[in-house]
Parts: sequence; structure tokens; C-alpha cells
Amino acid sequence: MATATSTTLAPISDSRKLRNHVATFAMYACFVIAMIPLVWIIWTLVAKGAGLLGDPHWWTNSQRGITSRIQGGGAYHAIIGTLLMALVTALIAVPLGVGTAIYLVEYGRGRIARAVSFMVDVLTGVPSIVAALFIYALWIGTFGLHRVGFAVSLALVLLMIPVIVRSTEEMLRLVPRDLREAAFALGVPRWKTIMSIVLPTAFSGIVTGIMLGLARVMGETAPLLILGPYAKAINTNLFSGNMAALPTMINQDRVEALKPAVDRVWSAALTLILLVMVLSLLGRLVSRLGSVKTSR
Amino acid sequence: MAKRIDTSGLDVFYGDFKAVEDVSLTVEPRSVTAFIGPSGCGKSTLLRTFNRMHEVVPGGRVAGKVLLDDEDLYAEGVDPVAVRRTVGMVFQRPNPFPTMSIYDNVASGLRLNGVKGRTLLDETVEQSLRRANLWEEVKDRLNKAGSGLSGGQQQRLCIARAIAVEPQVLLMDEPCSALDPISTLAIEDLIFELKNRYTIVIVTHNMQQAARVSDRTAFFTIAGAGKPGRLIEIGDTAEMFSRPSERATEDYITGRFG
Ligand SMILES: Nc1ncnc2c1ncn2[C@@H]1O[C@H](COP(=O)(O)OP(=O)(O)O)[C@@H](O)[C@H]1O
Ligand SMILES: [Mg+2]
Repeated sequence: MATATSTTLAPISDSRKLRNHVATFAMYACFVIAMIPLVWIIWTLVAKGAGLLGDPHWWTNSQRGITSRIQGGGAYHAIIGTLLMALVTALIAVPLGVGTAIYLVEYGRGRIARAVSFMVDVLTGVPSIVAALFIYALWIGTFGLHRVGFAVSLALVLLMIPVIVRSTEEMLRLVPRDLREAAFALGVPRWKTIMSIVLPTAFSGIVTGIMLGLARVMGETAPLLILGPYAKAINTNLFSGNMAALPTMINQDRVEALKPAVDRVWSAALTLILLVMVLSLLGRLVSRLGSVKTSR
Repeated sequence: MAKRIDTSGLDVFYGDFKAVEDVSLTVEPRSVTAFIGPSGCGKSTLLRTFNRMHEVVPGGRVAGKVLLDDEDLYAEGVDPVAVRRTVGMVFQRPNPFPTMSIYDNVASGLRLNGVKGRTLLDETVEQSLRRANLWEEVKDRLNKAGSGLSGGQQQRLCIARAIAVEPQVLLMDEPCSALDPISTLAIEDLIFELKNRYTIVIVTHNMQQAARVSDRTAFFTIAGAGKPGRLIEIGDTAEMFSRPSERATEDYITGRFG
């Protein structure tokens, strides 16, 4: 009895202490290594791009009449273009994506559900340039229409749908069966259970997924290069004329390679990151409002 | 108000697997009937056929009859949603809706079925919480989250939610198995009061509980893994615990088996 007690209460062995230290160090090292590129990128962007952002004209003016040799002008045309295309993309992709996820989780059984799920997997793997070329073939080749902002949005929809389906699906599966059954047991029909119990419970997760999808889509460049030629002036019409976006603005000024243009490249890149960040924060706020009640 | 349940020759399946075989029993109105028996003998499965929750599980189906005061629950054209409004259910783990306040939880059954009148909702919420012996504890924080309550309070909240839609029958699947002894007593007291208005069927693992709360007891068992569960006997609880008519029942309640 006495010996048993003394072994259970023995101090941690040295070899275990050592292993613990090594493992802890290794994990911190991995974390730091993973953070290096992130911090580096943000640091570079802020150092080189923050200058122009302080100028109010950056947020209100376009690049109209500005050449690569002169300083000045702003990114308003590109910001508004990026936001408009992203908004239309989300308006189409969110209902389709969330609807598909609801089908897969709540209704889908058997072969059709498996087929849909497989298609979503395939769509996940489609490179953005392929999505863009597909819309190009359809929009310009088959329908004979022009390269406009809406065509870009359609290509982005293809890229956003799988992201939303997968993230929403995951969130819906996290909602306990118990809750659905509790609602069924009250005599609530299935569709109403989904609308009033399941979706609100998963709401914050779904919004987070949508924001991730939006962030991905706003930085996509291939669809813009193929379907949305850059314009230096403000255009808010998604169905006619060239339309600027931040990635194409970056690309345009990058090619010019003169100091004023290069400065704008850094600032446009920083602006894009800030935009995505603001949207994510907004998403957090929205999801906070409608999410699970925690007791106060 | 309270209705009687009769089953005859009821088989219950999960796909091709027969989980419960040939159950014929009567659940009397305004009384508590306890289902006891070893794990896996199909108590929950059988219980869930009484409000057609069983068919929510993919592959879930029944053969035979379940009558609610002479109406066949499984007759053609019967809407399972309507059945569930008549036969309420309380689950093993308390499951208040996490996005809703205490008030909204109790009102949810009515609201989701289209009832809007504020005064009617207020009255129903208060009455249901009173009947669930929870009103005094929560009346000052009706707008707080239901998930902030203790386990026992949450379970009484779930009972209030279930009775707010005025069911005829209340099914309870091990409602106390996740609760401490004090909360368990509170629920048992509540069951004793509720049986004046409702027909209650309670599944329990706890023989003392069956003896304390139920008027009648049904004992189920299973011949072996993969075999269907069967009803061994059903009868007056006091009788059953003092003079079981079947050997298997006696073995089970005296702890020699299961
Ligand atoms: N969703 C399900 N799918 C398939 N089989 C199930 C399911 N739920 C329960 N069963 C099976 O049905 C039998 C009875 O289970 P259950 O009704 O939960 O028993 P009890 O409640 O008496 O412990 C068990 O053999 C169990 O494995
Ligand atoms: Mg069970």
C-alpha cells in the first residue's frame, strides 16, 4: 500500500519534463513561422501603402485623367466596382449556396444528394480561370454580350457557391438533432423547424462562412482580367461599360512601373485588405445580433 | 382531454432491423405508465411511435396499430404533424431552443403554429410555467436565455414548452437521467400533478422512480443482441413490484438481471 502511494505521488520524471519543453517549444516555433509571412505582408503593405490612404481624395476620387507619371487621384472607382460586383455575387450565391446546404443536410437522401454533394466537390476544385473562361464562352460566345461587371459576378458566383455550401453544411450539421426533434414534437412542420429553429441556431456560423466566401471572391483576379476590363473612371453600371476593381487597378499600375503608379499599387492592395477586414467585422457584428442567446 | 393509447400487434423497424416486436398494450388516460427494461430493449423506440417521431429517423417504420381513443395514428391520410400537436414529448437531455428566451421557448409551440395574440401568449406562458412548477423561479427573467437555467430548470422549461400546446398525451423519455436527485424529485412531483390533466408515459431506467411515480408499469426485455424487444407484462405498479407474474420481471426488478 505504502509503495503504491509513493509511486502515484512521484514527481514528474525528468524525461517527461524534457519532452514537454521540447514539444511546447516546437509548437510555439510553428506558430511563429506561420505568422512570419502574414506579419511581413501586412507590415510591407502598411509601410508602403498607408501614405496615400491618409489623403481623403483616395477615398473619393477616381483615376480619371491621371497617368502613371503623375501622382494623385483615388481608388473610389475601384472600391465601388469591387463592392458592387461582390454584392451582386453574394446576392446570387448566398441563396443558392444556403439552399443547397439545407437540401443536403435536411432533405437530401440517397443518390441525388450524393450527386449534388459530388458536384459541389467538383466545383470547389474549379480554378478561377476556368470559371471565368466558362462564363466567357457562355456570355460572349453563346449570347454575344459584352464584357461587363455582371459577367464577372457570374464567374465569381461559381467560385463562391461551393465555399458557402460547405461552410453552411458544416454549421447546419452542428445543430443538435435534439433541437429539430423538440420542434417536431411540438407539431412544427419540418420547413418551419428549419426556418425558425435550425437556421437561427446556425446563423452566426453561416454568416462567418459567407464572409469567408466574400473575402475569397473579392481578391479573385482571373475573372476580372477575362471578363471585366479596367477603367480609370467611375462606372456603377454592371451591365454596360468597363468597370474598375481593386485587383485590376493593382494590375494596371503594376505594369506601368513608375513611382507614382507603384505607390498606388501598394495603397490599392492595402485598401483591398482593409475592405475585407471591415466586411468580416461587420459580419461578426451581424452574427452577434442574431446568434445564440447567452444568459446575461 | 386526456386520451387513451392502445397498440395491437405493433412491430417497429429501423430499415430491415426489427427493434420491437408484437406489442399490444393499453395506456390509461389520466395516469402515469412507466416503461422499464434493460438498455436496448426498445423502450424509446416504442415511445416514439406514439407521436410518430419514429419515422423522422431514416428507414423508421411500423407495422400494426396505434390507436389514440380509437383513432388510428397510422391510418392513411393522418398528418404526423397534427399527431405531434396532440401527443407531446420530453426528451432525455433538456433541449431548450438556444436562440430563444425563456418566454419564447414556452411560446414557441404556439407561435410556430401561427398564434399571435399577445395576451393569449402571455397567459399561456404563465400558466404553462406554473404547471411546470417553474414560474416562481423564472418570472423575473422571462427574457433571459433558457440555456442559462440549471439542468433541472431546463427540463421543467421543456415540460412547460411541451404542455403549452395543450397536448392530450405527454411522452417522457428518461426525463431525469441527466439530472441530480433534487431536480429529479422536482420533476417527479410535477409528473404527479400533471397526471390529473394528461396521459403520461415515462421511460425510466430507475426502478424506484417507476415505483414512485407510475400507476402502471410495462416491462420489456430482449432475448439477445440483434433480437427485437418484447413486452413481457404490463400491470398495476404496486402489484408488479410486489408480485410480478413473470419470472423475467422478478429477476429484473430484484436486480438479478440487466
Ligand atoms: N436510429 C436508429 N437506427 C437504427 N437502430 C436503432 C436506432 N435507434 C435505436 N436503434 C436500435 O433499436 C433498439 C432499441 O433501442 P432503444 O429504443 O433506444 O432502446 P432503449 O430505449 O430501451 O434503451 C436497439 O437495438 C438499438 O440499437
Ligand atoms: Mg432509450
